Amino acid sequence: MVAHYGLVGCSTRLLCGVNSVLSRHDNQDLHYEDFEGRIRIPSGCAIAGLINRKGELTSGHTIAEMMAVMHERSNGLGAGYAGYGIYPDRSDSYAFHLILADEWIQQEVEVILSRAFSMESKEEIPVKRIGAYKQAPLVWRYFCSPRCSPWMADGETDADELLLKTTMRINRLAPRATVMSCGKNMGVFKGVGYPEEIAEFFRIDEYQGYSWIGHGRFPTNTPGWWGGAHPFSIGEIAVVHNGELSSYGANKNYLESCSYELSLQTDTEVMAYAVHYLRSQGYSWGLIAAIFAPPHWSDIDRMGDREREFYTALRRAYGGLLMNGPFSIIVAFSGGLMALNDRLKLRPLIAGTSGDFLYMASEEAAIRQVCERLDTLKPLEAGEALIGLVEEESRCHVA
Amino acid sequence: MPRSLMQPEFLVQRDKERCIECKTCVRQCGFGVHEYEEARGVLVSNDSECVSCRRCVVFCPTGALQIKKNEAYRENSYWTEDRLRDLRRQAEFGGTLLTGMGCDRTYPIYFDHILLNASQVTNPPIDPLREPIETRVYIGRRPEKPVPASASGCGIPLTGMPMQVSAEVPAAVSAEMPCEMPKGAATVELGEMAKGPTTVESGEMATEMPPAVKLEIPVIFSAMSFGSISKNAILSIARAAASLGTMFNTGEGGMHRDLEPYKDHMIVQVASGRFGVDPSYLNAGRIIEIKIGQGAKPGIGGHLPGEKVGEEIALTRGIPRGSDAISPAPHHDIYSIEDLRQLIYTAKEATEYRKPVSVKIAAVHNVAAIASGAARAGADIIAVDGLRGGTGAAPKMIRDNVGLPIELAISAVDRRLRREGLREKVFLIAGGGIRCSADLAKIICLGADAAYIGTAALLALGCHLCHKCYTGNCSWGIATQNPYLTRRINPELGSQRLINLLTAWSHELKEIMGAMGINAIESLRGNRLQLRGVGLPENELRELEIKQAGEAM
Amino acid sequence: MKRVHCNLEFCVNCHLCEVYCTLAHSPYNDLVAAFKGGAHPEPARLFVEERRPASFAVQCRHCDDPYCVTSCLTGALYKEESSGRVLYLQGKCIGCGTCLVACPYGAIKRRMKPDGHFTIVKCDLCPDRTRPACVEACPNLALKYEEREQMNP
Repeated sequence: MVAHYGLVGCSTRLLCGVNSVLSRHDNQDLHYEDFEGRIRIPSGCAIAGLINRKGELTSGHTIAEMMAVMHERSNGLGAGYAGYGIYPDRSDSYAFHLILADEWIQQEVEVILSRAFSMESKEEIPVKRIGAYKQAPLVWRYFCSPRCSPWMADGETDADELLLKTTMRINRLAPRATVMSCGKNMGVFKGVGYPEEIAEFFRIDEYQGYSWIGHGRFPTNTPGWWGGAHPFSIGEIAVVHNGELSSYGANKNYLESCSYELSLQTDTEVMAYAVHYLRSQGYSWGLIAAIFAPPHWSDIDRMGDREREFYTALRRAYGGLLMNGPFSIIVAFSGGLMALNDRLKLRPLIAGTSGDFLYMASEEAAIRQVCERLDTLKPLEAGEALIGLVEEESRCHVA
Repeated sequence: MPRSLMQPEFLVQRDKERCIECKTCVRQCGFGVHEYEEARGVLVSNDSECVSCRRCVVFCPTGALQIKKNEAYRENSYWTEDRLRDLRRQAEFGGTLLTGMGCDRTYPIYFDHILLNASQVTNPPIDPLREPIETRVYIGRRPEKPVPASASGCGIPLTGMPMQVSAEVPAAVSAEMPCEMPKGAATVELGEMAKGPTTVESGEMATEMPPAVKLEIPVIFSAMSFGSISKNAILSIARAAASLGTMFNTGEGGMHRDLEPYKDHMIVQVASGRFGVDPSYLNAGRIIEIKIGQGAKPGIGGHLPGEKVGEEIALTRGIPRGSDAISPAPHHDIYSIEDLRQLIYTAKEATEYRKPVSVKIAAVHNVAAIASGAARAGADIIAVDGLRGGTGAAPKMIRDNVGLPIELAISAVDRRLRREGLREKVFLIAGGGIRCSADLAKIICLGADAAYIGTAALLALGCHLCHKCYTGNCSWGIATQNPYLTRRINPELGSQRLINLLTAWSHELKEIMGAMGINAIESLRGNRLQLRGVGLPENELRELEIKQAGEAM
Repeated sequence: MKRVHCNLEFCVNCHLCEVYCTLAHSPYNDLVAAFKGGAHPEPARLFVEERRPASFAVQCRHCDDPYCVTSCLTGALYKEESSGRVLYLQGKCIGCGTCLVACPYGAIKRRMKPDGHFTIVKCDLCPDRTRPACVEACPNLALKYEEREQMNP
């Protein structure tokens, strides 16, 4: 399908991308909408994911390798990874990964953070600042635990709510500050560049995780900027997404009336918040898939009474969260992955298993790159969800 | 009275060469314009009675007739002909000016300043001839969290599309990744690669579903009462609604017994006159609508002159024959929002909570707050009727000068309901000025769930917008009870015209949605990103919450 | 057999059926010419009777056992076996009017030919067309051309 393309010619494009983005970060009045339309090269994105059902750890090198194969699917304007199980020693703390334009905004962010969380430790995420990345923004991580917050009612310490509110407050400062991730024992690493460059910048191969997702961006509708790279993450959830939501306006309305603030100008943010919302309602992954990509009415009409009633109810209630338009997504969460294709199968997504591993990627080549002998291989059907979980007895690895 | 200063508004021009003296014009005119003079053996026209309804023009088999505007008034750009004529008329007759149908003044038409989006490359357009495009909506209150988080098994296929089992996969390698859900929601048989259908093990509904009615196309025929229009016109609409899988509305005139077969597609209206309202009426339809106001005459109740109240109407409305049916301006049991709540719940009690209750309001300046109040008062559906909404009779000054364009009204209502977290609960219907499928798509993008059409439906039945509904002389047999005229609507033909119209709109709506890359109507609703304004100042763009054409996503 | 049936409820008294009947039986293709082209336009084979508010287009019912045929003095009127239509031979008709009296529907009319002799006119169901011209011209589907159990409307 796709050969291992070389990296020839990417660095110049990278420089354009990174430099323009970075240089403009100095400007205090910067609106990231300003980037809109400057680079509009239509195509798709690359996504990939892997999970080990025994919860055994894999180096970030594997996912980076999978992404590198799909180099041609991105344009150097954004890439990122999320690893789960990467902070086993600090698994009780919430790890905030932050992108910061400068030290001044960092102070502001710390004020916001400290209103709801007590900071246990903070450090700059170790990166390789070479080449164009000498000018990359600051990337920091904070390990925190929640405390009573002025935003919450007395005595209420709903960690999930705190995470959400804190994240949205920090994201209001975008593009000068954005939260990459804030979950326990997981972290997102993302920025402007090709997947392999971002992997190198963040030294992704030095992390060990039981589950990984990766993304290479080909931004069209929204600008290429650090905060806009995937994965998008909120709480324990991280989403990588290849596609465009025609329903963005409708989904945004729905989420905003559930008090989500959408500030990052991208479809994937909607996906992440929608997953977060439905999880907070206690819905299972299967139900979330059925809400995002429900069966067509013509199929529902042919079902038995109970099923028909069930899906009719679901569509009536959650029509605002139906994700319309082409997409393939991989949602990572604590202990599992879910892959889902849109209702018409307008974007590629294929999954394969080998031993204890489940791999998913936009292209088969990405899976073959890291695992030549597969036990099974299957492209996802339209509207089909594939959920891979770490086995219960192995959950101790995960925690 | 000395010689009238009024001049005919229109002139009838007869081409003598083409006229074959068949006298069709004489027999068809509802206003008695044409006459055959036996003595001279010629056809003559009394121009001053002509309302330009064009019945004679359409029926003349040789095309010998034309109606021209009479430029009898010395107008200028301030004192337009319309103003001069109205003023003269009032100087002679001293009455309130009456009119029919919707406002015809030159206020901005926002629909014509809004452009729709389409997909290119990054998002494939969908071909409605090859892929399903869904326009179905459920009209009624939206269920809140209908499916319980915790599940009990009954094995429902997850998407109706079971996972394919690959032939190469040996059964032994069923790479089972067991399912362990946080929050105890063990519902999915999950991502094993070679196991049968993926299922959601839950079919139990958490709560009883609020009543709702399925519409196959998000267009509903708006309220037009038996009285304002003829029984044949209503039957045409009812039949079309039944055949299209949508609804029609009885209006405030009660339910004629001939509508019995179409009950499942009927919205029964309760207006301030309460004509024909009793428990059996409330229970007859699928939805109850409380009419607070209508776009053509906000703040004014319906008027049906006694001359129109014949046997049938008297029976249907439950009033004596020949008596005026004058609905009061307010409901005299609703002087406040809490009174509205009581009426809503009275209707719900009377129907054992089996029917959604709609509240129809005219688009007035405070429409957003009123809609929000109605939603909080328990309305399941809110219908907003805009400035261009039609009527059988209204004072002209009210019709033409009171209200809001529906585009602005719906945008404001949708925004207010969203901000208050009510939007996802209620169903919002927009009415008053929907002319075509593009208007329909635009109003849905501005926040409506469905649209009411009244004028468009009557146009399909033959109406030529002469605005003389209040006279009862409708040559097209629509807004009349004269038995010589009402037979001009044959429900068999009328319903077919309406079915054709909405079938065409449905195709076009699907084309529009497909071009956007949207295959379910719920993704269109409130999706203002699919709209751009052209030639609108910033404050109007802001009111409509749409971007300027040229601005990207 | 298929007959033209008029629905009393929806006849709008426009007389367009008459107009188009004339056209169908005239030598011209244009309406104006059909009425004004020659000295005498072809008379319509059906006619609308009115008693307002109702009106009704009357034309030959093409009865199964037609009185007009029985009464015809010259044998001009006959029932065509193949089609069921009641027709007459121009050459044999002497315009005596017996059939007019015999017809229970009043569906036959008499007229003077250009040569001064009388003859009858009656509906022939437009043998050259798939549907009679009157039915096609009816703007309100009041006229229908179809087979019904009952011969009368």
